[in-house]
Amino acid sequence: MSVSTSVVSINGLSKVFGKGGVTALQGIDLEVERGEFVSLIGPSGCGKSTLLRIVGDIIAPTEGEVAVNGKPARKARLDRDYGIVFQAPVLYDWRTVAKNIALPLEMLGWNRAKRAARVRDMVELVELGGFEKHHPWQLSGGMQQRVSIARALSFSPALLLMDEPFGALDEMTRERLNLELLRIWAETGSTVIFVTHSISEAVFLSTRVVVMSPRPGRVASIVPVDLPQPRTAATREQPRFFELVTRVRESLHAVGADEVEETLATEDELA
Amino acid sequence: MSTVEPTPTATQRLGEQIRYWLPAVVVFGLGLAAWEWLLPDVLGVEEFLLPRFSDVVQALVEERDELLRGAWITFKEAFGGFVLGSGVAIAAALVLARWRPFGNALMPYMIAANAIPIIAFAPITNAWFGLLSPWSKVTIAAVLCFFPVLVNTLRGLTSVDPESVELMRSYAASERDVFRRVRIPSSLPYVFSALKVASVLAMIGAVVGDYFGGSLEALGIVVLSAVNLSRYSTSWAAILVASIMGIAFYGAVALVERYALRWHPSVQRRT
Ligand SMILES: Nc1ncnc2c1ncn2[C@@H]1O[C@H](COP(=O)(O)OP(=O)(O)OP(=O)(O)O)[C@@H](O)[C@H]1O
Ligand SMILES: [Mg+2]
Repeated sequence: MSVSTSVVSINGLSKVFGKGGVTALQGIDLEVERGEFVSLIGPSGCGKSTLLRIVGDIIAPTEGEVAVNGKPARKARLDRDYGIVFQAPVLYDWRTVAKNIALPLEMLGWNRAKRAARVRDMVELVELGGFEKHHPWQLSGGMQQRVSIARALSFSPALLLMDEPFGALDEMTRERLNLELLRIWAETGSTVIFVTHSISEAVFLSTRVVVMSPRPGRVASIVPVDLPQPRTAATREQPRFFELVTRVRESLHAVGADEVEETLATEDELA
Repeated sequence: MSTVEPTPTATQRLGEQIRYWLPAVVVFGLGLAAWEWLLPDVLGVEEFLLPRFSDVVQALVEERDELLRGAWITFKEAFGGFVLGSGVAIAAALVLARWRPFGNALMPYMIAANAIPIIAFAPITNAWFGLLSPWSKVTIAAVLCFFPVLVNTLRGLTSVDPESVELMRSYAASERDVFRRVRIPSSLPYVFSALKVASVLAMIGAVVGDYFGGSLEALGIVVLSAVNLSRYSTSWAAILVASIMGIAFYGAVALVERYALRWHPSVQRRT
């Protein structure tokens, strides 16, 4: 085990909120290898965000351990090993779009010219050209989320923790950013842990889909996705893609998540 | 921020401005007319209760040297107290926000102290600093400013959206960075609304402080001695000067606020 190439190694992780309160996570074991793209999917409230927050050392687990790049999560955070996209955009109102994107770069001590160049690339990536000088509250929800994605990608972290980053976007933008994210992932060789509610998005993006069960959150099953890389728009039309979507959907039904995922399932059938 | 709306022409803008200000100007004019004619001529209000507006203006012109000298003395007291009280309060709030247990322990006392009628100490401060010293009035003004600024600044510094702090933590930001880049900017709206209140309190403190001693030329003394000599127009002129000074002081703080908070939705939407 000591020579593993795991970027994230989760052992016997549990999280109880409050004294004797909600058990959000119970007995989670998960290894994420370098260069993997792992999606977490599961009914609302099953602890996906909580798991991501623990991996990011934002909250502490009640039990168990998380190692990132072979070190405790805390050390990894202090080494700036990961970029995070929260479920909400979390932008700073007093900063313009450009300055919000530049924030992690400022923290890393990049100089002004280098920051400006990177911000320009990022603004282009998320198609926010012309909005650099706007403030967050002048943007739509989807635009705000794109700023938050650009900010997380700006410093090319080796590990990306993304909590439903595309949830607020329209289908077209979402599919385009899916492809962009895969391109960045392939180019930088980064590792991604990605929370989503969309079965087809999970299958399209991931190398593995982790299906979680509702309270207390556990890993119910893991579906390896053997679709060829690089994924393209054509990937969504392959029979294997539909087989995998069906497998993930059945795993979700098996954990009793029918009510939540049914709408998404019909959406997938239409696609 | 009107990238989409067509820019209105100069005449349109002037028309808008007139329509916006006209009601206020009309009310102001009616108020002065009522003061000048309705009260003394129709309702028979005696001069010692409220002299005619024109008499007050006449006193204002005739006694302008005395009034301006008094105004300047009292303004210095108020401004000194404002700077001292608010400055110490902001510094204290930063310390208390940084060491929360300490702040939490002191908070109830701060709130209680906030309810003390500090003006009651005015005669005592003369005993502390000497009857003719301006410091007794500066102290009164400063203490009046201190508590609202402290309580509001502390509230602003501590009631920050937790995720915006968590994001900074994910960049391994130091406590100092969190203050500089998140807590302080997001506390500014609270700080400025407290400073506006403080500007008014400082003027009240200084003028009331004048009644109990200090320079014999201060504005409060002008009001007092003119009343004693039955020169009612002069005391009303002095009150008018104090009012204009108070409004100007408030306005100046509001202007600084608009500049410091130019990113804030409430400021930008107005233009
Ligand atoms: N700070 C907290 N204090 C108390 N309970 C919490 C806290 N955060 C989360 N929980 C509880 O933990 C459980 C898991 O929450 P979490 O936010 O991880 O769910 P999720 O899977 O991300 O849901 P969604 O898909 O709706 O975002 C929920 O039952 C929630 O009530
Ligand atoms: Mg969540």
